[in-house]
Amino acid sequence: MPIRREIYKGIKDIPRQEYLAGGTGLCAGCGGLLALRLFHKALGPNVVFVNAAGCLTLLAVFPFTPFHSSWLYTAMASAPAGAQGVRDALDMLIAKGRLSKDENLKVVVVTGDGAAHGIGLQATLAAIHRGLDFYYFCYDNEAFGNTGFQMSPASPFGSRTATTPVTSATPGGTATHKQDLFKLWEAQQPAFVATVSPAYPLDLMDKVARAGQLTGPKLFISLAACPPGWGVEPAESVEIAKLAVDTGVWPLKEVCDGKVVHTVRPHRFRPVEDYLHGQTRYHHLFAPVRQEEILRQLQHDVDRYWAAADADAGEVDNRLATVRA
Amino acid sequence: MTRELLTGNAAAAWGARLAEVDYIPVYPITPQTEVIEALAQWVAEGTLAARLVTMDSEHSMLTAAGAAAATGARVFTASSSQGLVYGLEMLYTIAGWRVPLVLLNVSRALAAPITLEPDHNDVLAARDSGFLQIHAESCQEVLDSVLMAYRLSEHADVLLPVLVNLDGFYLSFTREPVELPSVEEVREFLPPHKAAHGFSASHVLAQGVAVLGGTGYSFFKYQMQRAAEAALTAHDAIAGEFCRRFGRCYGAVESYRLDDADWVIVMSNSFSTVGKEEVARLRARGEKVGLLRLRLIRPFPDQEIEWLLGDRRAVAVIDQNISIGKGGILFSEVASALRGRTPPPLLSFIGGLGGRRFRSEEFDTIMAALHAAENDGGSVEPTLLYSEAEYRQMMEMLRIAQQGSASTPEK
Ligand SMILES: Cc1ncc(C[n+]2csc(CCOP(=O)(O)OP(=O)(O)O)c2C)c(N)n1
Ligand code: SF4
Repeated sequence: MPIRREIYKGIKDIPRQEYLAGGTGLCAGCGGLLALRLFHKALGPNVVFVNAAGCLTLLAVFPFTPFHSSWLYTAMASAPAGAQGVRDALDMLIAKGRLSKDENLKVVVVTGDGAAHGIGLQATLAAIHRGLDFYYFCYDNEAFGNTGFQMSPASPFGSRTATTPVTSATPGGTATHKQDLFKLWEAQQPAFVATVSPAYPLDLMDKVARAGQLTGPKLFISLAACPPGWGVEPAESVEIAKLAVDTGVWPLKEVCDGKVVHTVRPHRFRPVEDYLHGQTRYHHLFAPVRQEEILRQLQHDVDRYWAAADADAGEVDNRLATVRA
Repeated sequence: MTRELLTGNAAAAWGARLAEVDYIPVYPITPQTEVIEALAQWVAEGTLAARLVTMDSEHSMLTAAGAAAATGARVFTASSSQGLVYGLEMLYTIAGWRVPLVLLNVSRALAAPITLEPDHNDVLAARDSGFLQIHAESCQEVLDSVLMAYRLSEHADVLLPVLVNLDGFYLSFTREPVELPSVEEVREFLPPHKAAHGFSASHVLAQGVAVLGGTGYSFFKYQMQRAAEAALTAHDAIAGEFCRRFGRCYGAVESYRLDDADWVIVMSNSFSTVGKEEVARLRARGEKVGLLRLRLIRPFPDQEIEWLLGDRRAVAVIDQNISIGKGGILFSEVASALRGRTPPPLLSFIGGLGGRRFRSEEFDTIMAALHAAENDGGSVEPTLLYSEAEYRQMMEMLRIAQQGSASTPEK
């Protein structure tokens, strides 16, 4: 039961106004940057980004910044705590009349998956627990990108990273499964939590805009193709992000009234292999020999996920029917 | 102005209250907890118009503190020991943001072994971070230093955060008569905070941005060094004004019976009170000895120290910290302050670790060593103050523990 888009219904609704200047030092085709650009468009002006160490830290390099908004680089572990300080200070200064109300800002945390899942998870869960009124935007390139694509808790099973190399002893690459950040966040019942993708801009922007009407923690995880890390061409970045959704590997969803709702559901799922094929981080699964067991496992995980999701959605539909009747 | 019996912790809390801070992120650690509990009580009952937030760690606490200061709020926070070093990463960050705030440290020795009582390895681990440091001896000085610290931190030529230190247990829980100035009196000395820069809709600001290459990095670090140097002058002016308004005068260092002293003992923090007692005792015996208490550790008042110590017959520095493999940290600092001339013989003593008390006999030993050093220059190695009796006591306890475990019946 996809959610009806309320604010960004068609491509024409996307404003032309840019808040992020081009020509940054990030890699061409960086999925994190594409997603952030859309995210900022949906937020509009009057934003302060609070950042943790990662690739996007290199967006602002003294004395230049591509942002038409404010920026505070903190450290790897504590960007959500930085957001707490900024939010509280703005609130206090406004309450005490030292700052006028129209000087208020939206406070946004920007981190990669490494910071979001590991070193920064404590500060994140604490900020959610306190009910902090902020946005959290995690660009998930499924590894520590900035330091050279090492394994993070978000690295998927079967993928190769710089610290889970493919050798004769470890032919399958990463042996652990991707940690479920969405569930970790969802368990705390924040005001809003969703997954997004730069390949589905309307879905992304509509979620951001709708979440903007809520007070409290508003959390977004965007899959973010990383051309050098994933081994794809910069020009393929959006295509590969789209394949992640169309194969069911990256479900687009949000939590609505305590229930997970999928906002995009492919009519016919493409085989997971279509997504894996194009990326060098999965090449070892196809050559020199096909690793059937791992490929089967990856397809199985996706199928099982969607079977459970559909069963759940059916339940919601039935409940709604009962209520209506 | 009223007078009350206050602990060092309560005096610190009063400092923050009188400074009318806007924001207090906290995380508990013994022996600092009384500070944040007092503030929490005042915020809850509405006598202090601030927001107090319990964070998930000192790392987060310091991040929130710095970020709020970067936004334009007047910020207070407090920690100790493991907490301070847990947040060490953020001390460098906050100082680099060039935001004013006051961080109170209630000194406590660092694990391992874990303990609760004080020495100064915790606060001195922050020595190179860019935080300025004021070390207090009395409860009154704690309160006064917090107020002075805000003036210093917010000074246009400085804009560096300030750490105010007091000794855990010895000062944190000692009750002394403390003069509490009124809010109005404090306001005249410390006007309401107006941040030099902050985040707001009409003021787009990028803080803590990356620099690529050493040129950019050095640019910022050299500016911080200049600001810390300027803080020395600023501190003199602020202390002068404080002295005129409140009648209590604090220099970068404190001289105790130093005018005619041939011999000098250098100490810091609350154990200086013991040192002063001992100096008085030795004076009564006819020794022309005085004490120099280090108060401003950053910026370090090199010139004043050189001026005060340069012509003495011998000087002993007592450190309540140990840089393993080197010795006393403050000894090194004092020695480097005297580099410009032929220094007097300089002796290093390390004691008071983990709250261990100094004994009178030890001051006798130090005095004797000062006399001897005038002739032979003294040992270059630090003297570690620890007695035979203490060592034997530890061995005896070990023996009992081992015997106990050996005789534990098997199950
Ligand atoms: C305390 C600390 N440990 C390690 C680092 C080094 N570091 C900088 S960026 C980074 C990787 C961040 O990964 P992620 O959050 O996934 O963001 P990405 O690099 O992928 O953009 C690491 C480990 C650091 N800056 N701070
Ligand atoms: S390494 Fe990957 S995540 Fe980092 S900037 Fe390049 S494309 Fe983006």
